[in-house]
Amino acid sequence: MSGSGEGGAREEILARMRRALSDAGEAPEAPREYRRALDPQTDVVAMLIDRLLDYKANVHHGVEAIAEALDGEARVVVPADLPREWRIGGAEFIPDGPFATDAYLSTEDLDGMDAVLTGCAAAVAVSGTIMLDAGAAQGRRAITLVPDRHVVVLKREQIVGHLAEALPRLDPRAPQTWISGPSATSDIELQRVEGVHGPRRLDVVLLED
Amino acid sequence: MSARKRGTAVPTSAAPASAVVPAASLIPADAPFPKAAKVALGMPQLRKNLAHATGTIRAKRAKVAGELDDWEHLRDSAAAIKADVQHRLPELAIEFERNAIAAGATVHWARDGAEANRIAVRIVREAGAEEVVKVKSMATQEIELNEYFEAQGLRAFETDLAELIVQLAEDRPSHILVPAIHYNRTEIRDIFDQRMGDAPAGLTDDPAALAEAARLHLRRRFLSAKVAVSGANFAVAETGSLVVVESEGNGRMCLTMPETLISIVGIEKLLPRFEDLEVFMQLLPRSSTGERMNPYTSVWTGSREGDGPRDVHVILLDNGRTRVLEDEVGRQALSCIRCSACLNVCPVYERTGGHAYGHVYPGPIGAILAPQLEPGRHDDLPYASSLCGACYEVCPVKIDIPEVLVHLRQQGPHAAGEQAAMGAAKAVMARPRLWRTALRAARLGSLPWRRKGFVRRLPWPGSRWTVSRDLPVPPKEDFRSWWKERQR
Repeated sequence: MSGSGEGGAREEILARMRRALSDAGEAPEAPREYRRALDPQTDVVAMLIDRLLDYKANVHHGVEAIAEALDGEARVVVPADLPREWRIGGAEFIPDGPFATDAYLSTEDLDGMDAVLTGCAAAVAVSGTIMLDAGAAQGRRAITLVPDRHVVVLKREQIVGHLAEALPRLDPRAPQTWISGPSATSDIELQRVEGVHGPRRLDVVLLED
Repeated sequence: MSARKRGTAVPTSAAPASAVVPAASLIPADAPFPKAAKVALGMPQLRKNLAHATGTIRAKRAKVAGELDDWEHLRDSAAAIKADVQHRLPELAIEFERNAIAAGATVHWARDGAEANRIAVRIVREAGAEEVVKVKSMATQEIELNEYFEAQGLRAFETDLAELIVQLAEDRPSHILVPAIHYNRTEIRDIFDQRMGDAPAGLTDDPAALAEAARLHLRRRFLSAKVAVSGANFAVAETGSLVVVESEGNGRMCLTMPETLISIVGIEKLLPRFEDLEVFMQLLPRSSTGERMNPYTSVWTGSREGDGPRDVHVILLDNGRTRVLEDEVGRQALSCIRCSACLNVCPVYERTGGHAYGHVYPGPIGAILAPQLEPGRHDDLPYASSLCGACYEVCPVKIDIPEVLVHLRQQGPHAAGEQAAMGAAKAVMARPRLWRTALRAARLGSLPWRRKGFVRRLPWPGSRWTVSRDLPVPPKEDFRSWWKERQR
């Protein structure tokens, strides 16, 4: 559906563009001499951990550490397709999902959750970025936003060095969230302080095998 | 009231409980730049805040840009991709529209700000809402959407921390990235205390406490909002996706929780391919907040069942951009990704702040964008620069701002007096004997100032020049006589 027709605005703007460009010729092909990968000897796991800690995220190791990362939170929302073996520890895991048995939670219910536990699509070492694209074990965007603590399980093979290596792993048309540390702001005297509207705590659990 | 006296009315940290005085109310919005700048220069707290904030961000940017050994290659690619976008704008706009519609979005086109505002209000009414939450957006500042909404009986709530500060203070933004850059933490505490309504008792000026106050203030509004309004940092033609880059999570809240989403996107925001983000998402966060990556980036394509807004609208905005496109030299201003690096390094911006520019886009980029977007209204802005070139050096998309400044100075109007003076100079310089005589006269005439080295004040009409500049005294010996002597 398109609402483009209002008083011919679309046609007029396109005509203005074409008129403005009538003698502009063609732009040369863009050079692409920048890096698309890090040096092969880079320890991307160590680099990722360094960046995450710099953002004041917490880093844990191994599937058993999920319980530790959840840090005693009582009510934990999970995407309905989150692997069973990740649901460990004393928390109550409340599924959210498109299946008949696991309907979507209301916003009020979501606001009552202490934490969210998900997987992710990829992670970029050089910038410490965790990427979600609504794929397996990630759920819809709202569940990783409303609870105050986000615990992400990250597998070794999901980690890449460079942004250019991560983009082909994402579904470009799916809703994506790229996360680099907990919610923060630089709006007061341009100093970064953590903790505004998004989850104020970000925990990453690395599964290295 | 003199400028200096007005300046002292600004709250300072020494007087923490003083009433909020919006900085923009002290600096005349419609005054020419030199006049407005003079007022701003007389506000010591404002200058202190700006020097502190721009100094902090300059150091951070330099550090993280320096980490990438291919920074110059990235700039070259970004500049070329943007030039390609400008050359193929009609084709890319149509491609974006087709893909966004296929993904379930409704795409509107707006010739100007008024048309975009009308479309937005209609969508809000159709959604049965009376208020919207807003993601920080320069496009909506540019078209004065908040003011239009208010006139139509609707309310628009800013949710970015700096925008919230500016809105509560009833001030105007003074920086592209951090609209409240002209306030320090104590002033922000006072604004929250006096204007927020639900500020926690005993609020301190600790930035973390201020961020917490904003979180509490906006939480209910986010969770209950029916409609959100956003801009976009990038619009990907190949997929019909929009991208919003942010820090706080207010963007994610607005883009995810409401049923209806309206995104107002300047046509120059297009990128050909999703893959192009690998260039721009390295350059933008490092150039703007000086971070390796901003905390949150959202990418969405139309609507998706069960995930985020169902009713997704995109308003493609012209509002003068196609006119900028006509100018072969000036059109590079459309490459701007609104990072603010040029503001932070500009010696003029650092001293005057953003309000003096009298336009939503201040600083070096504003000085080339404002006069092109609104011809005839900001002809003084291309002169608000020393042409030092620092802006060009930091620009992540390599806009040659000094080149465009000089180009616009040449195109802009020149006062009759200036034209007459230049005409006379041309006539004299074209006649060697006359020129020699003139030089001799200048040397003799400036003898009383020889020791000082410059003339502080000339009589009228020369005073028009010396009001903001010193006039250097001609040297004892000019080139011609030096050369003549040497040839002997």
